[in-house]
Amino acid sequence: MAEAEMGHTNAKVPSKLVVNELVISYENLATGEMTEAVDKVSLDIKAGEFVSIVGLSGCGKTSFLNAIAGLIKPQSGSIKVDGKPVVGPGHDRAVVFQKASLLPWRSVLNNVIYGLELRGVKKNEARQLALKYIEMVHLKGFEHYYPHQLSGGMQQRVNLARALVCEPEILLLDEPFAALDAITREEMQNELLLLWEQTRKTVLMVTHQIDEAVLLSDRIIIFSARPARIVEEVKVNLPRPRTPRLKNDAEFDFLAKKIWGQIHTTAGKKVSLEYEI
Amino acid sequence: MKSRNHQVFVRKFKEEFESVILGGGVIVALLVLWEIASDLRWINPMFSSSPSRIVNSGWKMITDGSIFIHIQSSGLIFIYGYLLAAVVGIPLGIMLGWFKKASQALGPIIAAFYTTPRIAMMPLFIIWFGLGIGSKLALVFLSAVFPLIVNMQAAVSNLDKDLTRVAEAYGANRRQIFWTIALPESVPFLLTGLRLATGRALLGVVGAEVFGGAEGLGYLIQYAGATFQTDIVFVCVIIIAAFGMVMDRSLLALNRRFDAWRGNGC
Repeated sequence: MAEAEMGHTNAKVPSKLVVNELVISYENLATGEMTEAVDKVSLDIKAGEFVSIVGLSGCGKTSFLNAIAGLIKPQSGSIKVDGKPVVGPGHDRAVVFQKASLLPWRSVLNNVIYGLELRGVKKNEARQLALKYIEMVHLKGFEHYYPHQLSGGMQQRVNLARALVCEPEILLLDEPFAALDAITREEMQNELLLLWEQTRKTVLMVTHQIDEAVLLSDRIIIFSARPARIVEEVKVNLPRPRTPRLKNDAEFDFLAKKIWGQIHTTAGKKVSLEYEI
Repeated sequence: MKSRNHQVFVRKFKEEFESVILGGGVIVALLVLWEIASDLRWINPMFSSSPSRIVNSGWKMITDGSIFIHIQSSGLIFIYGYLLAAVVGIPLGIMLGWFKKASQALGPIIAAFYTTPRIAMMPLFIIWFGLGIGSKLALVFLSAVFPLIVNMQAAVSNLDKDLTRVAEAYGANRRQIFWTIALPESVPFLLTGLRLATGRALLGVVGAEVFGGAEGLGYLIQYAGATFQTDIVFVCVIIIAAFGMVMDRSLLALNRRFDAWRGNGC
């Protein structure tokens, strides 16, 4: 119903990411049939905005994010970052994956440097930048540790630092904390809040944790079941800076319940939202 | 705290010690049984030798220096063949894993070679390369090269999808993926390949020397066996087994260093 409900954010702030009628489909290799994952989704994200996409497991939200990252080619439609069309992965976007996927043979420092190294940034400069972001995600002192020596939460911090150090225009988060236990997840949500306050990056996050989306976002976009369409956009007007304590707030609760209800209506049946691994 | 560490240490030491006692004990018991059986003529020492005879003849061959010619001859063939296999097999395997066209072109012929017992080709090698070191090197090389090719190919063509996706997301081109993902990820496979190649190369050395020639441990085994000098056969077998074990353990120890990051796939 709210597909056209865009541009309600302050018109003076320039658009960072504009997605127009994006269609993504997969070919079934066995039958040759095309399955539609995302169906004509349009989206406009302003600079400095934190936007989350929530939806059922397998609804196509990760495909949507991957298309914006330039990792998969959409069937039709367009993606523009700062007015420039996206044709593949680029320095203006950085992805934080659900699995930390750190290179196991590289130390924390060298993992964080990885993106800069690929880009040909000078070693010394890359190092300085990396150290800054390692400190920002509170891993100072762990620069020379290897991934297998770190806990899941710490690995995810490295994953985050690896993306931040590239200083992208848009940070793409693909269910970044889904693989963590509840306590670590909460800790990381707080961490992300603080980081966002410091950097004010444009963020697009995909999640199935509704409370996570409400806590972090300025705007939440609800995807329908596959093929994904935008069911509704919910503005989160909770004051910033936010803390996880907000989860006890009545308005927080109201928003979370509203979104929960919306997703359930689109599913037409009761489905658990908590697990998607 | 300290006493706890101490307790852990003592317990670990006991466990280690017990396993050494048990494993070693069985070997010692069998050796004693063997010695008694041949001393009491339950078995004929001409056919089955005995531990004391083996030690005696081993010691004699060491003191008069006769064994070293054979060890040197076999050792050189092993080293040259093994190195040649590594120099050819590792890059070739990587190439086959990385370029689909290459594996399509060379895959069938490699599969055919891989499953053929290489010793079956020894008469041909002798015709082509003579009875000297040439034919032996050919056999050792062909024995050792395939495990390396096959392992490197498997490593490079089955990269962790999550890692390659990360590389792509950060803008890596194919060349960068090769150097930053494919090569480091294939190190454990390389060590496995080298371990397998060790066994195959030793088999090749002994096989080649049994076939012909006038020196080497394989030749000595064949000659001593034909003349019923079973103790010499045992001495040679023990030397080869010991060398193989040392080589294998060293590579395994190296491999362990990489296990930490191989298993948990973070």
